[in-house]
Order: sequence, then C-alpha cells, then structure tokens
Amino acid sequence: MANDNQLLKARNISKSFGKAVIALDNVQFDLNRGEIHALLGENGAGKSTLIKVLTGVEERDSGTVFLNGKEIRPKSTQDAQNEGIATVYQEVNLCPNLSVAENIYIGREPRNKFGKIDWKKINADAEELLKRFDLHINVTKNLDNYSVAVQQMIAIARACDIDAKVLILDEPTSSLSTVEVEKLFGIMRRLRKEGMGILFVTHFLDQVYEVTDRITVYRNGGYVGTYQTAELPRVELVAKMIGKDYASLNESVVAGQLGEEKAAGGEELIELCGVSSPGTIQDFNVKVRKGEVLGLSGLLGSGRSETARVLFGVDSVGKGEMKLKKEKVHFKSPLDAIRSGIAFCPENRKTEGIIGDLTIRENIVLALQSKRGMFQKISKKEAERLADEYIEKLEIKTPDAGQLIKNLSGGNQQKVILARWLATDPEFLMLDEPTRGIDIGTKAELQKIVIDLAKQGMAVLFISSEIDEMLRCCKRMIVLRDMRQVGELKGKEISEEAIMNIMAGGEK
Amino acid sequence: MKEKFNKLSQKKAFWPVVIFLVILLFNGVVSGGDFFKLSIVDGHLYGRVIDIFRNGSKLMILAAGMTMVLATGGTDISVGSVMAISGAIACSIVNGNILPGLNGNVVVAIILAILAGITCGFWNGILVAKIKIQPIVATMILLVAGRGIAQLVTQGKIITITSDAYYFINGGYILGLPFPLFIVIFLAGVLILFVGRTSFGLFLESVGCNPKASKFAGIQVDKMLLVIYTISGGFAAVAGLIESAGIKGADCNNAGLNIELDAILAVAIGGTNLMGGRFSIPASLAGALIVQSITTTVLAQGVPAAYIRVLKAVLIIVICLSQSKEFKEMLTSHKAAKKRKAVGE
Repeated sequence: MANDNQLLKARNISKSFGKAVIALDNVQFDLNRGEIHALLGENGAGKSTLIKVLTGVEERDSGTVFLNGKEIRPKSTQDAQNEGIATVYQEVNLCPNLSVAENIYIGREPRNKFGKIDWKKINADAEELLKRFDLHINVTKNLDNYSVAVQQMIAIARACDIDAKVLILDEPTSSLSTVEVEKLFGIMRRLRKEGMGILFVTHFLDQVYEVTDRITVYRNGGYVGTYQTAELPRVELVAKMIGKDYASLNESVVAGQLGEEKAAGGEELIELCGVSSPGTIQDFNVKVRKGEVLGLSGLLGSGRSETARVLFGVDSVGKGEMKLKKEKVHFKSPLDAIRSGIAFCPENRKTEGIIGDLTIRENIVLALQSKRGMFQKISKKEAERLADEYIEKLEIKTPDAGQLIKNLSGGNQQKVILARWLATDPEFLMLDEPTRGIDIGTKAELQKIVIDLAKQGMAVLFISSEIDEMLRCCKRMIVLRDMRQVGELKGKEISEEAIMNIMAGGEK
Repeated sequence: MKEKFNKLSQKKAFWPVVIFLVILLFNGVVSGGDFFKLSIVDGHLYGRVIDIFRNGSKLMILAAGMTMVLATGGTDISVGSVMAISGAIACSIVNGNILPGLNGNVVVAIILAILAGITCGFWNGILVAKIKIQPIVATMILLVAGRGIAQLVTQGKIITITSDAYYFINGGYILGLPFPLFIVIFLAGVLILFVGRTSFGLFLESVGCNPKASKFAGIQVDKMLLVIYTISGGFAAVAGLIESAGIKGADCNNAGLNIELDAILAVAIGGTNLMGGRFSIPASLAGALIVQSITTTVLAQGVPAAYIRVLKAVLIIVICLSQSKEFKEMLTSHKAAKKRKAVGE
C-alpha cells in the first residue's frame, strides 16, 4: 500500500485505567484515504478505548498518532474535530430540543455583518447539505421529531460538513433497520469516493463484508492483525476475534464430551416454539431438558442474551409460544418466571445483578423473598443460615455475610448472585456470561458448579463468549447469528471449528 | 455500657435525636428554664415542647411518607397541594358547601378527604411507575394543579367552619397529650411495623439502590412505586386535615405552602440518601422535629421570622457537606497533609 495515501497512523498506543485495567496494550491502527476500515473485536477488546483516544475523550498513556504525517494529541472532542476527526456514536450525541439546522451548525454559526446569526443561511445550507444525503426534511423542526435513523444521518452529515478527513462510526447501525442501513452504506461509499477515511465499528459480520475494505482485529486490549477484507474468510475472522488459531482447531479435543453421550437424555423442561420477540430474536425453537447444560453460542448481539430475557419474562413473546413441562406458559414479569422455578444470572453483573449498597445476606435472600411474597418475611435467623450455607458451599471469600456486596471482587459477587438463585431452588438456571471479568481459578470453580448442578438434575442454559468454556460445560449447543438460530450441535459434533463455521455463516 | 452506646449510635435515628435534644437544651438554657415549663390547664399539657410536637405533627406525617418516596430515588413535591385539596374537601363538606346531604358529617368528610389524597397519590404513582415520567416532573403537575383543584372545591373562597368535632383533630387532647401526636404515633407506627415485619423495607432499599437488578430479582418495582406514592398522598391528606382543623377552615392558597421542601429536608436530616437506598422512618421523624424546633427556637428567641429561612439554608449546607464524598476527601487529605507536615516528611 502506497504510503502517501496514508491518512491516519497510530502506533504503540497504550492506555490503562488505574493500575489494574489495561485497556489498550501497544496496539496500532492505520487508515488510508478513501477507505472503509472495520475495527472488530469482542467485548473488552479495546475498540471503544481506541476511539476515545483518537477523539480526545481519553488521553493515551503512550504511543503516537499521526494524521496526514503530523503528530496529533487531541485533548477534547473539539480538538479532534479541529484536526479533522469526526465521530458518530451509537447513541446520537446531538441536542434533541434544537432544530435540525441548529444541530448541524451549533458552535460555528455563520454570522452576518452585524454579528448576528444568519438564520436564513443556516437553514438554506442545512437543507442543501442534507440533500446530498438524500434527506429531504424540514430543517427548522426540532431534531426529536425524526427517527433515530434520520438523527444518525444528520449526525453524519454534520460530521462530514466539518471538513472531516477521518470519520469514525461507532456501531451506527445497531438501531437502524435494513433499509436504513443500506442508505447509510450508500453514504459511506460516496464519502469513500470523495477520499475520506472511515473507521467503522460494528458487531454484524455481514455488514463488515458488505462495505469494508480492510479489517483490523483487537483482542483483550491487544493488536491481532490487519487484513484485506476480501482475503480473510469469515471463519478465520471469527477465530481471530475469539482468539483461536484456525489451524490448531482441528486438533482440539473436547474434554467433557468424550464418552458421555447418554447425558443428552432427561425430560423436556422448557421449550420455545417458533418464538419471536419484537425487535430481537426471530423464530426460535429451543428445548432444554432436565439434567443438561445447553449452550447458546454466538457473537455479541446474535440473540443469545435476548433468548434468556424472553425465557425470563423480561422481554415479551411476540409470536409463538413458550411451554414449561409441556404446558403453555406466559410470563409477564421475572416474578412469574421465578415462581415457575426459573432463575437467571444476567450478563451485566453490576447493573442487572448486584444491589451494591445491600449486604451479601440481603442480596442472597432477595429472590427467594420475592418468590415467597412480601408478607412471608424470611426471618433473620433463616437469612443468616441461608447466607452462611452458601458462603460455605460456594466458597465466597468474605469476612462475614454482613459486608456490602459492592466491596467484593467480581468473582465473589457472581457467586453471591448464583447463591441468590440457588436459594430459590430452581429447576431451570440461565447463566449469561457468568465468568466474565473473573479470575481463572474462580472461573473453573463456577464451571464445576454448573456441571454439578446439571448432574443433580437441573436444566441449565449457558451463555458465554468463550468457546473453551462452552466446550467444557455444554453437551448440546445452539448457535445463533444475527438474531436467528442457525445451527445445533450435539455431543461429538461439538468442536470449536464447527461452532465457528456456523457462527461465521458457513455451512453447518 | 460502652458497647450499648456503640450499638445505639449506629442506629440511623441516633444523631438526629441527639441534635434535637441539643436544640431543646439550648433553648432551655437560653430561656433560663422557661422553655421546659409545662403547665396543666383543664388536665391538658401546655408548653413550648408540647407545641413543637403538636406543630411538628404535620411535618412528621409528611416526612414518614416522603421517606419511602425518597428511598426509591424519587420525590413527591405535590404533598403541600394535596394538603390543600384535603382541607378544602373536608371543610366544604363540614360546612355544607358541597354534598349538603351529609349534613356536615365530620367522619364522612374526613374519609372522603383522605380518599381524595389517596387518589392524588395514586395518580402520581401511575405517572411515575407506569408512564415513567421523572418523579419531580410528575408530582409537579399536582403541585401546580392541586391548589387549583382545591379552589374549585371551595369556589375560590376561604372557607371557615364551626365544628368542635373537627377542631378536635388539631386541638383535641387525649390523656393530657395533644391528639395530633396520637395520629403521628398511629400512622408512623403502622408504617414502621409494615416496613419491618414484611419484606417491604428490604424490597424498597433494593429498588432504591438498583431498580433494574431488583426487577431481575423478581421485585415488582412498578407496584412498589404505585403503593409508595399512594401512601404519600394519603398521609398528605391527613396532614391537610390537621392543618385545616388548626386554622378552623380551608385556605387553599396557603395550606401546606412550601411544606414539601421541609418534608424533604426532614428526611435528608434523618440521613436517608436522596438518591435512594437505605432509609429510616424514625430518623426522618426526628428530622422533622429538628426542622420544627428550629422554627420554634427562632420565634421563641424573638428573632425575626426571616431568619428561619437563613437557618434552614445553613442546615441544608451542613447536610450536603456531610453527604458529600468529595468534601470528606478534602477534609481527610487536608488532615493527612497536616500530619505529614508535623512528622516532617
């Protein structure tokens, strides 16, 4: 690649938060003129941190960033904008209560010779600008009159009008419909032709292959590599994102799988029959049997958490039906699900799991208390007994049950949440990323607990981004992609290679 | 002994009660003992301390309801207006202005007034829990419209009533003690029992800390909010009855004016985090007594009433500082710096 075509060059970038969290470790990123370059990686790969560094939200600890051959060190987004780096975030960062035109020209309003803002010019210019994007809307109306998609377009239009050389799109498509995405891609291609460099972050692999020229992959804050999109097969891309060398996959042996075929038996406990939920999963048929650990595999945003949310009554069933022990059920709220013997450790431990300012004991009894109802108060004695029992059983490391849960480490918090659900004596346990951000020792403990629970007859739904862990825990696996169920693997069929093939959209 | 004290001082209500007693003591010393003088007339206790309890009863009732609202991380600024509505309805019925068929039946008047308050609270609850309007905005609707509703009831007039039975709500005595005190004991007592004996308190703290996680743990957050705002409305109606019985009539413009701020202040003094979470109703009651005793103190010392606001402002600043993490850090780092200097590092 000719070097004079290079627009942005970032080298040896490192960034850490505090002492413990290394978000970026010596990574690099290149962007050429007239190129759409995808930045990919699973959660915690460091994509957002790189964007923050490039746009001045965070300052890099070390490394260099060259724009057009000149080193830059933006201190704020305004700084970055002046240098020619514009960003459009997943959530629109404009003012909903200002007019479309105001939003486009805010902070750089054209003025007439008396120093007053030239509204006529603003409105005319805004209209002209948006026409280039095929948007024919009333620019004097407030921004919140328009859909998120249109707002997204306006944000991009604004970014382009600021003489941007580099445009960063951070998951701009997650809230757009297919038609809107097409429109956005049309605009991206036009901007590419005009010589702009576009950094594109998305979770949808289809989109990556449709619109990008090159791909850079990060993993766990480290740089994996940069590839020509056309030359990188999907399976290899997925392998690089997840961290498995494709060549070595063929040899991988699945430890827990050998010889235990009979485990697939057991009675059917819960079933989704053709279930769709508005805006998320489409036409799901999932059966979970007693005594099995069923895995849900897929990249982030593939519908794995969404499936659990539907089963737990958080999201509603739009089409299709849900059956529990062969009987049709309809959960209006998590409480309905809990009363039916279902438990769910959600993905986001901090916002959806722990009640930070309550004690470990209170956190443990909470779900059991809701199951029993408000007026059947769990006595202090019983609460103490329960808490102490699970602290011992799950080896939760704490001086006593009266500690606030927020003071525990991530792994111990997760154990408390697990204890909360085990205390309700569930028949069906759903675990969404139960080991994320947890040290290896605790991880192994948790995996063992899950397998033991299934052996005792519990039905378990296991969701994890780490294929290793899935292989260790699951006897059967359903693979998801883009909110659809794309494959199912059983017993010996399960291997990393097979999973990735399906995840990436290859043959089953 | 020391152990007992330590245990006692860990209760949330401990410091508010101590502060309240200090204020009383201060008054007693400054007034040369007059402040504590109790006189018995017709078997009824009179005195400044009794006044604080009687006059503070409205605020205590409001603070009890407000504690739970604030513990959810919400707020209810409509309580003053709900007081006006309740007073207007009760007085208009007793007076025979509306529903003349009841012949001014005091009991029915009271029941209807409380039902009106409950309805107002339920309305607030629907707006907050179901329609998800920010609590301060949702309750602002009744803050503004409530006095209008009250005036519609009274047809824009100040209503005066003559009914000894109704006066009793504020001026009555049982066992030598003012009747409003018994209302406080009853309402707050029922509430404290309800919160303590059921798991309502645990659920409430959980919702206040993390509503999303609470929902995932099976707590019906919306229902809780609905119940809590309804209780707050009902309690405000009772406070409105006491107020109107005190002035022997309904003054829609002034009944409970700005009292919502005092109620929030009382809860804050009690140490309930206004962002939601841990709460204590007894501490809020003590907080209400502190607010009331400051007013009484200022008046008793013959200081112009305008100073009450200044004093309250000072109090608010102190509370804010005591809750501010940054301020505490500033203090400790300052101390640490001094220490380092002293050691000579």
